[in-house]
Amino acid sequence: MIITSANVLAKAEGAARNMPLADARAVIPGLQYFDDPPDLHNKLLNGLAEWFIRFTPAAAVDSPDGLLLDISGCAHLWGGEAAYMAEIENRMKAFGYDIKLGIADTIGTAWAIARFGNDTSIVEPCKQTEALLSLPAAALRLEFEILERLDKLGLQQINQFINMPRTALRRRFGEDILLQIDKALGFEMEMIQPVIPAEPCQERLQCLEPIVSAKGIEIALERLLEKICTKLKREEKGLRKAVFTCYRIDGKIEQIEIGTNSPTANTGHLFKLFALKIETITPALGIELFVLTAEVTELVTAGQERLWDDPDMLEDSALSELLDRIEGRIGANHIYRFVPAEHHWPERSYQPAASVFEKVQSEWKVERPRPVQILPKPELIDVTAPIPDYPPMNFRYKGKLHKVTKADGPERIEQEWWLQEGRHRDYYAVEDEEGARYWLFRSGHYDATNSYAWFMHGFFA
Amino acid sequence: MSTKAAIINRLKKEILPLQGFKSTLQNVALNGLLGPVVKAFPNNSFPLGAIHEFISDGATDTASTNGFISVLLHKLMKKKGVSIWIGNTATIFPPALKSFGIAPGQIIFIDLKKEKEMLWAMEETLKCEGLSAVIAFIPELGFTASRRLQLAVEKSKVTGFIVRQNPRNINTTACITRWKITADASKPLYGLPGLGFPRWHVELLKVRNGQPGKWVIECKGGKFIPVYETLSAPLQIRKTG
Repeated sequence: MIITSANVLAKAEGAARNMPLADARAVIPGLQYFDDPPDLHNKLLNGLAEWFIRFTPAAAVDSPDGLLLDISGCAHLWGGEAAYMAEIENRMKAFGYDIKLGIADTIGTAWAIARFGNDTSIVEPCKQTEALLSLPAAALRLEFEILERLDKLGLQQINQFINMPRTALRRRFGEDILLQIDKALGFEMEMIQPVIPAEPCQERLQCLEPIVSAKGIEIALERLLEKICTKLKREEKGLRKAVFTCYRIDGKIEQIEIGTNSPTANTGHLFKLFALKIETITPALGIELFVLTAEVTELVTAGQERLWDDPDMLEDSALSELLDRIEGRIGANHIYRFVPAEHHWPERSYQPAASVFEKVQSEWKVERPRPVQILPKPELIDVTAPIPDYPPMNFRYKGKLHKVTKADGPERIEQEWWLQEGRHRDYYAVEDEEGARYWLFRSGHYDATNSYAWFMHGFFA
Repeated sequence: MSTKAAIINRLKKEILPLQGFKSTLQNVALNGLLGPVVKAFPNNSFPLGAIHEFISDGATDTASTNGFISVLLHKLMKKKGVSIWIGNTATIFPPALKSFGIAPGQIIFIDLKKEKEMLWAMEETLKCEGLSAVIAFIPELGFTASRRLQLAVEKSKVTGFIVRQNPRNINTTACITRWKITADASKPLYGLPGLGFPRWHVELLKVRNGQPGKWVIECKGGKFIPVYETLSAPLQIRKTG
């Protein structure tokens, strides 16, 4: 059996954490001990974290023996950080807890100060490095193996290795040590997971009488949207995704969901998006509660109004609202915008843009003529062509014989071997007697064994 | 009599703007492009903010029609405009549009198969003010549907193009014009072998308040060059009696 924790008196006598109980009892004959119920510390810490809501809205459990509090914007309510800390200490003492506190800019430094700091427990802003220098290596939340290796090399204090070249540290001790140093100094972001997660942007509407009509649902939706949009506007945010939930009297839940292309807090527009889906709600006996949740919100960056410049219509809100409406009705996988791709194989020379608002990075290539109409899949045709590589004299497409009067080509397009194996294509642009223009290609070299084939691929304007 | 005719002419001209035929800067640019074709239109100006209908009898006709529309689209979109292309858009090859001067990235394609959805999407997009143009591949267009579209553009002033490939029957529609663009044999450049600039038979089958006509037009570097030689071919001498 091993000691998991000891009180101040026992510690003074010589008992310590991770000490075999037998050893401790040998040292202190009158030692009282109790079984440590599994999961007790987690339960305690969770309870405490919830209790700390009176000090800060974001309190998190740091297993096995700590709590993390995000006190940004809270301390001044108690008259400064020192007073804030004293208050917490007193309250905890009244409960019978002995605690150590540390306040710093980063989670890592606060953790170190609370556990290993001796004289001061408040680290001034941007003074993490100074605060950490005199602390032992264990204050960096490192794994046991790394601590052991550091110890073996005589690097017991942080100031002995914190200024070493990063490459040397990485080679000797792995990536983790750098990560922990960066976290402690604030070069790496670290988030806490509050026990009570941040409330999503939500509005509720309770109904006295159950709602059964579409008009009623519309009115409820309008009211909720108005509330949520005023809230979002105040926070300079826009809605990207929202869920409208209807709780029916019979216990069933009806939901409709919308998404937008760009953040918006325009009540009218959002209502139109929802209105396309209201008919899918079955009220049955009636709906007693409406809840509108803004699942995803984003900051709205107010663009500067331009008077003289020719505005880019792609950035227009009217267009994104239009696309939202179309998406809402027929689905997002029907709307495309194309950007050039760096390939010369025709089928791969363009690709769908990641979003409607993606900027075109590279240039469209126009050196060679390309047909306006293309067949998504080239179609096999019969061709009479002088060998070895003259343009066709005539060809049969969809049962009709076309006599070629003029032709350009060949333009050879090789397979991109790093993507796909196969035969190259020799493209010809040909015109028939009527003036219609076609884009044909022979797949592969001409050879007498007839292993090549001719295809129709497109139509020129 | 002549004064009476002049008065009627003047009154007709006054009525046209009231009916929505207004001249804007874009009209001027398009009129310069279209050359002799503008004489067919009311007020001698290409009608914008209206629906134009194109009939095509197959893939090659559609290609010619698309070429013709693309040249107009280049003038309509200018640099930063956006147009929307609705229908079976898998047959469009976006890089080719660049050779007509259009930035293919400024076109949004809405790939739809069902006629009902296409008409809904077209009406919805036509209502969006600020779009340069809306092009749709809709084979069948009923009168009621075309009327709805026409009403939508009258308010938003967006120009719509409807390409009807192999329509089952060519019915009456509320579209302001009906065109048919077919390919014509090109003329080799300076007697060199190979393809010359594309040439189209442009047929204006119907135009409201205008004069239908036929032209042969060559498309040269994003501009229309009218070809007169085919028109001035010697007429066959017919003998009567």
